[in-house]
Amino acid sequence: MLIQYYIALASALFCIGVVGVLTRSNAIIVFMCIELMLNAVNLLLVAFSKMHFALAQTANAATTAGTDAQLFVFFIMVVAAAEVSVGLAIIVMMYRNVHSADINFLNRLKN
Amino acid sequence: MSLAYLVPLFPLLGFLINGLFRNSLSKSMIGIIGSGVVLASFIISVILFFDVKNNGGAVTQYFNFINVDSFKIPFAFQIDALSSLFLLIITGVGFLIHVYSTSYMHEEPAGHFGRYFSYLNLFVFSMLLLVMGANYVIMFIGWEGVGLCSYLLIGFWFKNDNYNYAAKKAFVMNRIGDLGFLLAVFWILSKLGTANYADVFAQTAKLSATDITGITLLLFVGAMGKSAQIPLYTWLPDAMAGPTPVSALIHAATMVTAGIYMIARSHALYSLSDISQNVVAIVGLATALLAASIALYQNDIKKILAYSTVSQLGFMFLALGVGAYTTGVFHVMTHAFFKALLFLGAGSVIHAMSGEQDITKMGGLRKKLPVTYWTFLFGVLAISGFPFTSGFISKDEILLAVYSYNKVYFWIAAFTAVLTAIYMFRLLMLVFFGGFRGTQEQEHHLHESPPAMTIPLVILGILSLIGGFVQLPASFGGHDYLNEFLGSGMANVPAITNENAAAAIKEYYLLGGTVIGLIIIFAATKKFFAVDKFDSEYTGFKKVLANKWYVDELYDAVIVKPLNSIAGFLKNIFEKSGIDGIVNGVGRFVQYSSRQLRLIQSGQVGSYILFMVLSVVMLFWVFWNQEIIVQFLQKIF
Amino acid sequence: MGITEILFWGLSGLAIFAAIMVVISKNPVHSVLWLIVVFFAISGHYILLNAQFLAIVNLIVYAGAIMVLFLFVIMLMNPNAGAEPQKNMWMKFAGVVTGGLLLIVMISTVRSAVDLENKTALLNTGNIGLIQNLGKVLFNEYAVPFEVSSVLFLSAMVGAVVIGKKE
Repeated sequence: MLIQYYIALASALFCIGVVGVLTRSNAIIVFMCIELMLNAVNLLLVAFSKMHFALAQTANAATTAGTDAQLFVFFIMVVAAAEVSVGLAIIVMMYRNVHSADINFLNRLKN
Repeated sequence: MSLAYLVPLFPLLGFLINGLFRNSLSKSMIGIIGSGVVLASFIISVILFFDVKNNGGAVTQYFNFINVDSFKIPFAFQIDALSSLFLLIITGVGFLIHVYSTSYMHEEPAGHFGRYFSYLNLFVFSMLLLVMGANYVIMFIGWEGVGLCSYLLIGFWFKNDNYNYAAKKAFVMNRIGDLGFLLAVFWILSKLGTANYADVFAQTAKLSATDITGITLLLFVGAMGKSAQIPLYTWLPDAMAGPTPVSALIHAATMVTAGIYMIARSHALYSLSDISQNVVAIVGLATALLAASIALYQNDIKKILAYSTVSQLGFMFLALGVGAYTTGVFHVMTHAFFKALLFLGAGSVIHAMSGEQDITKMGGLRKKLPVTYWTFLFGVLAISGFPFTSGFISKDEILLAVYSYNKVYFWIAAFTAVLTAIYMFRLLMLVFFGGFRGTQEQEHHLHESPPAMTIPLVILGILSLIGGFVQLPASFGGHDYLNEFLGSGMANVPAITNENAAAAIKEYYLLGGTVIGLIIIFAATKKFFAVDKFDSEYTGFKKVLANKWYVDELYDAVIVKPLNSIAGFLKNIFEKSGIDGIVNGVGRFVQYSSRQLRLIQSGQVGSYILFMVLSVVMLFWVFWNQEIIVQFLQKIF
Repeated sequence: MGITEILFWGLSGLAIFAAIMVVISKNPVHSVLWLIVVFFAISGHYILLNAQFLAIVNLIVYAGAIMVLFLFVIMLMNPNAGAEPQKNMWMKFAGVVTGGLLLIVMISTVRSAVDLENKTALLNTGNIGLIQNLGKVLFNEYAVPFEVSSVLFLSAMVGAVVIGKKE
């Protein structure tokens, strides 16, 4: 499968995530959109890893090129898991304080 | 000839010494330095004069004042008949007035005394530079220098606001004239590439008729300002605010004749333009008549003399206008004698009257101030044209020259000469005859001036009487020595001579007419003005004359007020809403736009992210199109 | 068109549709469910790419653990999250336009990139995605980052506890 399709798919998912972040005001949904963007990147990494593998394989059949990318995806998942745990804790905290998950309340930067 | 540079150098040194050490030198020391340097200049001027008489004139170049490629303005002095005569007048009369000043200004504190003499020396230096310069640029330096000194000395008593206004008025009016002069010099430079007299006059063929008329008229504008001709004459009467010796030196004998010098110097150009000559003659004639009529009903002794000066300057321009250049210069010389004498005599009177200048409050001073009276009488006789005084000879020559030029001009000029005699005798009668009209205190204080003042008076008095004999008409057994001397340095001068038979008959007519006229005037003025009481209220036409034809008011209404209102408009409307509008508008725009931009900083994380993403889009776009953008930028820069 | 292509297009369509639904759903719970669908679709892609390990980890960690966590939080707060205050219409519009612009720029970049021409991602075959191969590399070359990530987890756990603690 042509790599451009994967890139286009990943871009589409990523941009949908961006749109979600920009348009929604519920902190949890914003957070979910961030996860969506992470996954789009993950998908792209895996696609590229297989692309590199395919290229390297023509030169050397026993190559392991591309494993690095997949391990990166693994680490991204690890970090994402940690991030989610902390992020959700923050959202809970915020909800406890302002009784809303609306990020528009988070405009303390204004002052 | 090699001594020429010393002539202006001495007054310059005097200016520097008196100016820098005015607070540490004693008054007598300042007086000796101030007068001594002018005396030294005078001695050298005499040497130069005889050198010129025997060997002819010469141009001495010292260095290049302006040196740009092929364009050169040399710093050079031209000593010839014309300038050497002016040198004698300036340094000679100047020296006498310096001596007079040492006594007249003695009441001033030492610092101001030194300041006065340094200004006076600077004036003499500038005037010498003006006269000696071998091109128009050097003349302009002197021209501006004397204008500055005139300003400084008119406003010498700077604590009096009116004097400061008078100084400013003189300065501004002179600037108007200077602009004309400057334009003329630019015109000459642009057409010929040189301002040297010799080169310019040798190349007059290269100039078109329009060029010559334009240049000469613009030069005449300069002369109008400096020599107080219509319409720029009003500063001179106001300039009487300065100390009286200053009036005598600057505003009678020397500076105001700079315009005559300049035109006489440029006679080669004026001779080529009938229009300019006519303009000069008419302006001169009109000024002479107007100023004489105003002088009839003035009550301030110095104002009368000031208008008289304006009138006499008009006579000089009339002479120049009809082509009698040497005669005009001759009248400058005789006028320097008798007008300086009259001013110094007036100063002596004012001194005796403790500063009183109103002639209606004087009277009968003949007995108390005998020396002043006699010398003043000589001056009055000379200016009125009493036979065989200097004024008679020079004015007769002018009248004869005018007669052969235009009969109408002649009769107007003759009428003006009669007016001159009338107002001068009125002045004489009011001041020295009749009964004293001042206060008791003034009468008690009356005294003859000290010798430092009377000796210059006597010398000038004698010169006023006999100074004209250098030019005594042949009809009376004389010879035109001065004309010959000046004519030697002036090419293209039309032969104005009074040596022929027809002129001789006119001379006798003039002589007879003058004698009869003066006797009538003497008797009439003695009857009307040698009185114990004098009513200074004027009515009708007299009032118009006493108010100087309302020229100041006219200028005020026609020039000053509109300028003020334009300035007011610019200040209040244009400045406020236009300039300030732009300036404040920029500020307000920045303020407004920043207030709008500030709203972007909403504190909303969402909007920040929005801008971040937009920026990312922009960066992608820029990165992808960088070649196009680079090309575009290269095209711009 | 073989079965892999059909699967690829099907999964892609599903992923994009589900992603859009995540964004436009009013109810956060629905969003979570649609997101799980996205994750499943992406896991399907991983399997297509023969990256079985990541496919499984994706399902377990994301669809299983993280999304459940999300659900818990949503339910802990307020199930009636439909009362989400309306954001400024212009703001929304600007967000959509901006996201669309980003997509256009990316796609056009990809379309015109010479480097990517005729490059394909290997489907079905290729064993680098197998747990056997990844494990070797992970515990040989990436042993230290692996251990460090455990520290990261520990700190994230401590952080979550500290933040979530009631005063």
